[in-house]
Amino acid sequence: MLNDLLLTLPITIATVWVLVLILCEAFVHNANLTRWLTAIGFAGIIASIFLIPSPEGYAYGTMLRTGTFTNFSNFIFAVSGLLVVSISDKYLEEEEINFGEYYIILFISTIGMMLMGSAANLSVIFIGLETMSVALYTLAGMLRKDVRSNEAAMKYFLLGSFATGFFLYGIALIYGATGELALPRIAASLQTNGVSTLFWIGLSLLMIGFLFKVSAVPFHQWTPDVYEGSPTTAAAFMSTGSKAAAFSSLIIVLSNISIALPNNAVLQTAFAYIAVATMAVGNITALTQDNLKRMLAYSSIAHAGYMLVGIAAGSNEGYSGVLYYALIYTLMNVGAFGVIAVLERHRTLTNASDYAGLFKQHPLLAGLMAVFMFSLAGLPPFGGFVGKYKVFAAAVEADLTWLAIVGVLASVVSVYYYLRVVIFMFMRDPEPAPQANANATGSFALVAIAVIVFLMGIFPTEVLKLADNAMKVALK
Amino acid sequence: MPEINLSTAFFIGLGSLTIVASLGTILSRSPVTSALFLVLNFFALGGIYLLLEAQFIAVVQVIVYAGAIMVLFLFVIMLLNLEDEQRLTERYDVKKGFAILFAGLLLVEVLYVVGLKTPAIAPRLGTVAAEIGTAKYIGQQLLTEFLFPFEIISVLLLGAIVGAVVLAKKNFGPERATAKTTL
Repeated sequence: MLNDLLLTLPITIATVWVLVLILCEAFVHNANLTRWLTAIGFAGIIASIFLIPSPEGYAYGTMLRTGTFTNFSNFIFAVSGLLVVSISDKYLEEEEINFGEYYIILFISTIGMMLMGSAANLSVIFIGLETMSVALYTLAGMLRKDVRSNEAAMKYFLLGSFATGFFLYGIALIYGATGELALPRIAASLQTNGVSTLFWIGLSLLMIGFLFKVSAVPFHQWTPDVYEGSPTTAAAFMSTGSKAAAFSSLIIVLSNISIALPNNAVLQTAFAYIAVATMAVGNITALTQDNLKRMLAYSSIAHAGYMLVGIAAGSNEGYSGVLYYALIYTLMNVGAFGVIAVLERHRTLTNASDYAGLFKQHPLLAGLMAVFMFSLAGLPPFGGFVGKYKVFAAAVEADLTWLAIVGVLASVVSVYYYLRVVIFMFMRDPEPAPQANANATGSFALVAIAVIVFLMGIFPTEVLKLADNAMKVALK
Repeated sequence: MPEINLSTAFFIGLGSLTIVASLGTILSRSPVTSALFLVLNFFALGGIYLLLEAQFIAVVQVIVYAGAIMVLFLFVIMLLNLEDEQRLTERYDVKKGFAILFAGLLLVEVLYVVGLKTPAIAPRLGTVAAEIGTAKYIGQQLLTEFLFPFEIISVLLLGAIVGAVVLAKKNFGPERATAKTTL
């Protein structure tokens, strides 16, 4: 038992730390203290991943998986949380919702993500998914006196519960078909007893639940409304951490099951078509958006499509590409939302046209935003390019060249709406000045993100090795 | 033709009661009637669980859902005073017609695949079903094999409690000086 606690050190730390946070907020009532403690918690998780990386294996029976895959995915979630905390405080003060509870809920959500990223049992995936989602519903409604925020929370909650229903029903049917909940044992049962139609129905329902969480077409309708209505920093967290969590869970399920389904042409085709639809709808709808938060919401749908290309490839290269993509997407998207959060004022100044001439007033912010936009568009030498290259290359290797071509075409379309923002910032004359209020931690975090995004584009090898290693060792 | 024994007869009876009660829940005009139909639905489901020898789930279903949750539900409905639910009835238009058409088609397809193309599932042999359903067995499983999910679910409950308080508490921190909602 004690050994299990050590094997899953990040989750242990987080679970203990969240109690500390709640007690501290309950007795001290100081949002700034809670914010710092939350940041320390995230830093502690990251440090524990690097200092005491868990060996390959299982913990708590076969409930949790440990090893490189888990280390990598936990790292993504903790980084996402840390960055969102560091860009949050000024925005929250501005919107007068600077409560310690915001950080506590953010932290609880990260625990859910870590459970999803290290689960080896469907019941743990479900609990992780629910922990993450319940926390995110609350974050969406944090602006309690704002109708749009209430609407976002309500929509997210209702549709999310609906998707959870599908997810749970899928788990139940898979259990009915195989008699097991632990993923390795499900694969073993499929190998000995064969794959029944009941299992396929269960698996499709499970996939619907996942696809809802990553906002893939046709389960994407909630995304723009929720991201637009939620507090901007919360939207940054939803679009990165929760997406990475859903993808890592999806990879865990698929890579376990694919052992029992060697020629999974059905799964591959299904994911390929969903990826095409997701990329097309996301990118084309984003073209017509003027509100930047909505634009980023559609862009996040499109990015889910690129990541689904890696899933469709179904190989270790594809999965490790998705992992890398999730990390780089987390960085650049938190960065982009961070710049918006700095400039936004009570839901104004969020249109692309409001950014006219930003370069002349805030060269630093405009430069950072340009880096994030270039990287999101997938232009070299930024990190986004390497991520896209990786998933598309995996698709070509898996004989899905047509899918890679569609992906490249879709990202060409996306260049238009990302560069539109850049053109407004650099080439238009300023209108009434947007007043920026970036504070020290916020701007430092944004600059650091931009530098890392840049470095991951120029020297991607080390991180790519880590991602490759995570797939090779963990799930073979 | 499957032989009709007592448990099949009970299953058909309880199953049709469940369906009728569900239809009553969504079709009745008054929310209170709806809620009462839901209670009936829960009782019928509890009966089906009993047929499957899941005694513990059956009892929990009746106590927690039909008892505690539905009472809360009814209280809320009565407090909210939903008198003009007539206004909520939606009109049918072409779009909705298409939606119903396609949903119906999908239903037929799914029924076709599931009902006709799926071979019947052989009953699994193993632990005696009557044992699985008891509180003792469930408790043992929860504290041995499923200890980790059982413990970690407390984080989920903690998150839900904190979230509910944050969203529902009346006065929270400094009041917003100017309520700004730009719609």
